[in-house]
Amino acid sequence: MIGDMHPGDILGEYHEEVIQLYGLGPRKVLVTEREAPYPDGRLIVSRTDTDGIITHVNRSFVEMSGYTEAELVGAPHSILRHPDMPRAAFKDLWETIEAGKIWQGYVKNLRKDGGFYWVKATVIPNVRNGEIVGYTSVRRKPDRRKVEECIPLYASMKAKEEEEVAQ
Amino acid sequence: MTYQFTVSPDFSPDYISGWFIFNTWLQRALGQSIHLEMMDDFQQLHQAIEEDRVDLIYANPYDASMLVREKGFTPLVKPRGGSDEAVIAVRADSGIDKVESLPPGTRVATTDDPDVHLMGMIMLEPAGLDQGSVELKQCGSYVLVAKALLQGACEVGIFLDKAFDELSRPIQSQLRPLVRSEIQVIHHSLMAGPRLDSEVEELQRVLLAMDQDPRGRNVLQGLGLVGWEPVEEEEAEFMIDLMETLTYSPG
Ligand SMILES: Cc1cc2nc3c(=O)[nH]c(=O)nc-3n(C[C@H](O)[C@H](O)[C@H](O)COP(=O)(O)O)c2cc1C
Repeated sequence: MIGDMHPGDILGEYHEEVIQLYGLGPRKVLVTEREAPYPDGRLIVSRTDTDGIITHVNRSFVEMSGYTEAELVGAPHSILRHPDMPRAAFKDLWETIEAGKIWQGYVKNLRKDGGFYWVKATVIPNVRNGEIVGYTSVRRKPDRRKVEECIPLYASMKAKEEEEVAQ
Repeated sequence: MTYQFTVSPDFSPDYISGWFIFNTWLQRALGQSIHLEMMDDFQQLHQAIEEDRVDLIYANPYDASMLVREKGFTPLVKPRGGSDEAVIAVRADSGIDKVESLPPGTRVATTDDPDVHLMGMIMLEPAGLDQGSVELKQCGSYVLVAKALLQGACEVGIFLDKAFDELSRPIQSQLRPLVRSEIQVIHHSLMAGPRLDSEVEELQRVLLAMDQDPRGRNVLQGLGLVGWEPVEEEEAEFMIDLMETLTYSPG
């Protein structure tokens, strides 16, 4: 449902990486160093079903991701997965929300044009009649200093994960 | 029986008589006896809700979760075209040009409107500021928030956008907005408690038709509104989930 990224969509110089998506297999992503600034005063909102398939996005989500609403709804949320993010972050996210709890963290997201944007995300299970029927993620503009702390932390987490795979 | 109606204490004082007129209109339209009681503050309101002394409420989004999920309230309608948004403003001659330049210890003028305060604090987060690292000054109205800025008692103010836009020209010209929220899904709503369950459909019907006759339009005008829109159950649940993500703090 999400294919490889296309050079024609990319703005500026890029490099290629292959990421492994859970249950979906490999995806070739094209990555640039262009950061899109988080728009002031906005919340970026999306909702998924219990498998992480996007069911709803708001206008800010569409604008920041660079995809159309039609491309997003029905796609797995890992369509935004940036290769600089460690697996452990998402493992923690899923374990937390599947246990019915709220997860909060800083996430680097990949745009359709190869650029990226940092968010502070809060993900909540949608409980209706006592059952989890989906999840909602609400992102806001992060404190830059927190992002600067995450950059080396995520890089070292990723390096460790790659070492483990290599062994 | 007589139903108990109240309005979230963050209503604008300009509309106090408007709410009493609305209540008179509603009793006639519904053929039911309803008593409107205004609460002094949120503490008094929460106490009344806790003791099940409220049947109908014009509720702040902040209280929606408790009302719907703990007290079994049903959202009926919301103001048409009216989401709650916040504005962060400084004095026009302030050297601060963006939120990120605000230092720890910044003095913040705010009100006890819980949703506006929350949105405002979220807009201060990019500066690394939170409740613990700012000095909060709670003001009784948005005019007093503006005053706190003009008198130099505070560096930034958190306003309801409508209240900011309604400040007098001379005051507004001495202030400068740094950020305006564009959240669009946070709104007040009229909600009915369990004792009104059998009246929900009729309530929705009369409220949604309110703008169709001149008298109803007049009453709405007295509240600063143009009409009501329905609130679907899932839309209310979505807003509640969203509010919970915004009020969440780890640990
Ligand atoms: C509501 C919700 C929102 C999510 N938002 C993002 C997101 O913005 N970016 C992202 O990379 N992953 C997001 N995820 C996590 C993805 O589902 C996925 O776990 C992640 O991209 C890593 O891919 P993988 O699980 O295939 O390894 C979200 C998950 C949920 C439930």
